[in-house]
Amino acid sequence: MSEIAFLLNGTPVHLSGVSPTRTLLDWLREDRALSGTKEGCNEGDCGACTVMVTDENGSRALNACILFLPQLHGKAVRTVEGIAGPQGELHPVQAAMITHHGAQCGFCTPGFIVSMATNHANGRTDHDDTLAGNLCRCTGYAPIIRAAKAAEGAPVPDWMQTDRAFTLAQISSGGEAAGRGGQTAPQPGFRPRSSDELADWYLANPNATLIAGATDVGLWVTKQLRDLAPVAFLNGVTDLQQIERQGGMFHIGAGVTIAALRDFIAPHHPSLAELLRRYASEQIRNAATIGGNIANGSPIGDGPPALIALGATLHLRRGDDMRSIPLESFFLDYRKQDRRPGEFVAGISIPERAPNLRCYKISKRFDQDISAVCACFNITTEGGIVTEARLAFGGMAGIPKRATHAEAALVGKPFTETTVIAAQAAISADFTPLSDMRASAAYRLTAAQNLLMRYLHDLNGTHVSVLGVTA
Amino acid sequence: MSIGKSLPHDAAPLHVTGQARYIDDIAQPSDALHLAFGLSTVAHGEITGIDLSAVRAAPGVVAVMTAQDFDEVPDCSPSLGDEPLLATGTVHFVGQPVFLVIATSHLAARKAARLGKITYRELTALLTVDDALAANSRFENGPVIWTKGDPATAIAAAPHRVEGSFEVGGQEHFYLEGQVAAALPQEGGDMTILSSTQHPTEIQHKVAHALHLPMSAVRVEVRRMGGGFGGKESQGNWLAVACAVAARATGKPCKMRYDRDDDMVITGKRHDLRILYRAGFDDAGKLTGLEFTHLFRCGWSMDLSLPVADRAMLHADNAYVLPAVRIESHRLKTNTTSATAFRGFGGPQGMIGIERVMDHIAHTLGRDPLAVRRANFYRAMAENAGGRLPPAPPESISAKVKVEPEADLASRGRAASVGSHALPPDGAVQTTPFQMPVEDFILHELTAELERTSDYAARRAAIADWNAQNPVLKRGIALTPVKFGISFTLTHLNQAGALVHVYQDGSVVLNHGGTEMGQGLFQKVAQVTASVFGLDASAVKITATDTAKVPNTSATAASSGSDLNGMAAQAAAATIRDRMAAFIAEKHQVTPETVQFRNGMVRVAGEEYDFPRVAAWAYQARVSLSSTGFYATPKITWDRLRGQGRPFLYFAYGAAVTEVVIDTLTGENRILRADILHDTGASLNPALDIGQIEGAYVQGAGWLTTEELVWDAKGRLSTHAPSTYKIPACSDRPRIFNVALWGKGNREDTVGKSKAVGEPPFMLGISALFALSDAIAACGDGRTYPALDAPATAERVLAAVNTVRGRV
Repeated sequence: MSEIAFLLNGTPVHLSGVSPTRTLLDWLREDRALSGTKEGCNEGDCGACTVMVTDENGSRALNACILFLPQLHGKAVRTVEGIAGPQGELHPVQAAMITHHGAQCGFCTPGFIVSMATNHANGRTDHDDTLAGNLCRCTGYAPIIRAAKAAEGAPVPDWMQTDRAFTLAQISSGGEAAGRGGQTAPQPGFRPRSSDELADWYLANPNATLIAGATDVGLWVTKQLRDLAPVAFLNGVTDLQQIERQGGMFHIGAGVTIAALRDFIAPHHPSLAELLRRYASEQIRNAATIGGNIANGSPIGDGPPALIALGATLHLRRGDDMRSIPLESFFLDYRKQDRRPGEFVAGISIPERAPNLRCYKISKRFDQDISAVCACFNITTEGGIVTEARLAFGGMAGIPKRATHAEAALVGKPFTETTVIAAQAAISADFTPLSDMRASAAYRLTAAQNLLMRYLHDLNGTHVSVLGVTA
Repeated sequence: MSIGKSLPHDAAPLHVTGQARYIDDIAQPSDALHLAFGLSTVAHGEITGIDLSAVRAAPGVVAVMTAQDFDEVPDCSPSLGDEPLLATGTVHFVGQPVFLVIATSHLAARKAARLGKITYRELTALLTVDDALAANSRFENGPVIWTKGDPATAIAAAPHRVEGSFEVGGQEHFYLEGQVAAALPQEGGDMTILSSTQHPTEIQHKVAHALHLPMSAVRVEVRRMGGGFGGKESQGNWLAVACAVAARATGKPCKMRYDRDDDMVITGKRHDLRILYRAGFDDAGKLTGLEFTHLFRCGWSMDLSLPVADRAMLHADNAYVLPAVRIESHRLKTNTTSATAFRGFGGPQGMIGIERVMDHIAHTLGRDPLAVRRANFYRAMAENAGGRLPPAPPESISAKVKVEPEADLASRGRAASVGSHALPPDGAVQTTPFQMPVEDFILHELTAELERTSDYAARRAAIADWNAQNPVLKRGIALTPVKFGISFTLTHLNQAGALVHVYQDGSVVLNHGGTEMGQGLFQKVAQVTASVFGLDASAVKITATDTAKVPNTSATAASSGSDLNGMAAQAAAATIRDRMAAFIAEKHQVTPETVQFRNGMVRVAGEEYDFPRVAAWAYQARVSLSSTGFYATPKITWDRLRGQGRPFLYFAYGAAVTEVVIDTLTGENRILRADILHDTGASLNPALDIGQIEGAYVQGAGWLTTEELVWDAKGRLSTHAPSTYKIPACSDRPRIFNVALWGKGNREDTVGKSKAVGEPPFMLGISALFALSDAIAACGDGRTYPALDAPATAERVLAAVNTVRGRV
């Protein structure tokens, strides 16, 4: 499959011979002279490059700076240039941003406009969450939120609905189809349609880079300036994007995005959903996958501590060989996982119920930040006595890790302040955290200990989060 | 009249549709080249070898330059001439440019820049203020010391004393548009520069110097910046000079933009500092004597550090009478990036010191900090209050400074050190410790009004009750005032020019020396200009700042943009209007004073003509329809050497009440509500002013809460991207955010009686830090002061909670 076809602001585009790691942002600005989409950070943190991408799953905001062109195959892309109507009619969010003085320097504005228009199309009114991935340094956000609220009631303009009606066939029959070449170097990357295809190819190409959401791999390209070939793009592997319910367990495909997982899991594990609300930003959650979050092996990813606390089972596949292991055993050492060449993360299974699961994230900024400490606790009690304890932490070691000493201090005891104090002391035997730009070692340890006390208060029904307080 | 209307930003329709063009959006010729710097990897070292063979061999590389390629390495400094474009033998911080790659694409240049092999003999790196103090590494011979009265004796004799040490972090500008410039070679060796800069004349000067051209051969244009905040006053010099020398060398257009990480590593930030203080006070909390020591970490080059540290000294009083005071200011030279201008320009650092003292005094006395602040306020000024003025200030010192031929006259970094001196005693007219008359002190009334509208007293009581009920979470509240001096302290910079044309069809073009970085300056000046002609603001075409149209511009800085350029544009427009009036009056046999320009019409002798018609007639009658305008701020005279005079035309005032909540288990904290009352005089555009205030408050609160710059032990900045450096995000704004304008005209004769708004509201964010201090204090028994450093990250808040609880 050499050609990439997608809809750009309503017009079909066919590309061949592009580098598989050419970003949409660079292509828009350098090849298409569509300079409305801005580069603010080139790492998916500021949102100035936000574009709207529509496919059979609906419309979502994504960061163009870490979005590779092959990921767009078969989809519809709308940039800020495509948010106003064909006759230049302003979109309701554009008009509101003018009326409410939501733009000052204007550099972040295109990204905000696209995010806001996407949210508007999706009927989303949780503006603080959906705009957490758009940074503004001028306005203090107040007028932007006023604008977003003012536009809530306006109907979605006709031209914003056309992307949803497209089909790949329409793109392929489009105007620029003529004259496109065949296979030309460089290869645009392998795009499997099923996990079987992926398994065969990866077995044959074990040194390849697998790209799902590209929210981390993107930075290997834009910041580390690495050449990644060969690569495979997993967004067409739909059988890995399913969530199934079976035998009291949820089986979650590796390709499920954080956004989809958050939506699905909210009624079942509200504390995990709240953690996922603060996982990066809307744009990142829309791209990042749970499988990528695990396979990446980062010691500060927010998914693994929660999943380990839930007792998740990890499913790995190499060729036709499948195996399942407890998730915590996957993480061997800093950036080293129990994964053989050619083996990939296929999915995880977690229990449907865990009423005592609580996930706490400490970061410098509440939204769109990386955890200094992520603590996920899940105890089982019988008759007031702790029978099982799973205390999993991110940011405390070179891998996501359980606090086994602290767990031992809890099991067999009543879950009381006395027990917690003993478990707090035991945590210092579990971890020797590092100092870095996010927090000192001493703070990490103290916070980890204190979060156990928060857990006690929390299970007892005391308000424990500053996020729940209003003036 | 379009003055005073809440019109949208002139570019708003372009912003929201993606049509507003920034430097990197402007299409360059297909043969344009792209630049990237190769950066030093050690904080201090002698270069022992440079191997650039891999760089030269990299795909797309056209040329590579090092210091060796220049007879005289171009300088990029706005002050001392101590910033060679490319390192000459020694590197002074991690991130200093060592070589310059010229390549066919931005990506090719970036990739090649990483392939340089540079070896160093590492030298001792001074990274902290303690390192620099120990090595006596500084930009002047010793600290600058200003003394008034005998504070040591006053403190010794006082009934109460506090002292402390206060760490205040720096701040990354994080303008969303990174630094960028382009150089386009012109015929005859001339150069046109596009630069994202607050200071086109400075760019012009540096480029002319680098290319050995007269300034007349260099033209600098900037239509808009994607944010500046002071970070584009001097930091753009490097890119513009690099582009100019590369364009000269290759004969091709050259463009350079920093990748975000490079931008954060290379460019200067707000100065961090340590403030040491000692204060004596009476039972009411009224100061009797005060000593401050400012330890500024200035970084490796002088840049604008001296005037920044001066302004901190000038704002060490904020809103309070300092009967006896000594301020010792150290400007320390370290092997870190050179700290630079950032909104407030030292004012925030000076002001936060005295606010810390007020907070500490109140804690010591167990009084409401607001009562202590009030007890120390300057006197309220009755209208036309009499009294003896201070001694006539000396003639402006700047006019007498000997000027070297290539001096950087337009930079506020160039002025000589202010020296140390004793300050004269108070006269009958109240002045700051530095003899600046405080004639417009409105904070008594303003604070009373804010106290009422914010329901401060009742909320303070309710918070105490709430805290008694909540073991884990605690709330706090604080009201802090702002008094900020408006004018460049380098007096001669307080001038501006404008150019206005009326075309024969009645359309109007406006150009002035100010730059647009999002603050709405162009819109405000357009409103002023349109008002002169009685036209709608939309009738005035706004054009890019261009050194070929208006020369010798001052930086758009010090909040001065609309004060200076508004007046200059008003003068230019008035000249044309008066010519048109004289012409049409003569035609109707009436006096020019009777001609009225209103609602797009010209009224004369009972007749009414539309403006274009009168313009066409005037053109046909050979009346000039173009004029320059000029403005020089009156009254100000500041003797920097003696530290006396009137550095500011007036003060801008404001006050904020912030309420916060903290988690005593983790130190996590949140701003719950902010109420602001701010003085922008008779606002030229209330909507734009409120936008400035909201944005400045959030930026100021960010400085003091989440925005933490971290350097590692080798002097490398660890927080060099938005993934690690956290400016406020959407949900960090106060959920309840009430902002109101004081709304009374400036007593000084400013444009439309307005007041400057760019910087003053930044310091309203200080209330957030002291609200956190209040919440932390509620965790203890009142004996231990929280002594909260900034930024108040969760980690620092938790440490302070443990301090007041005696669990250190």
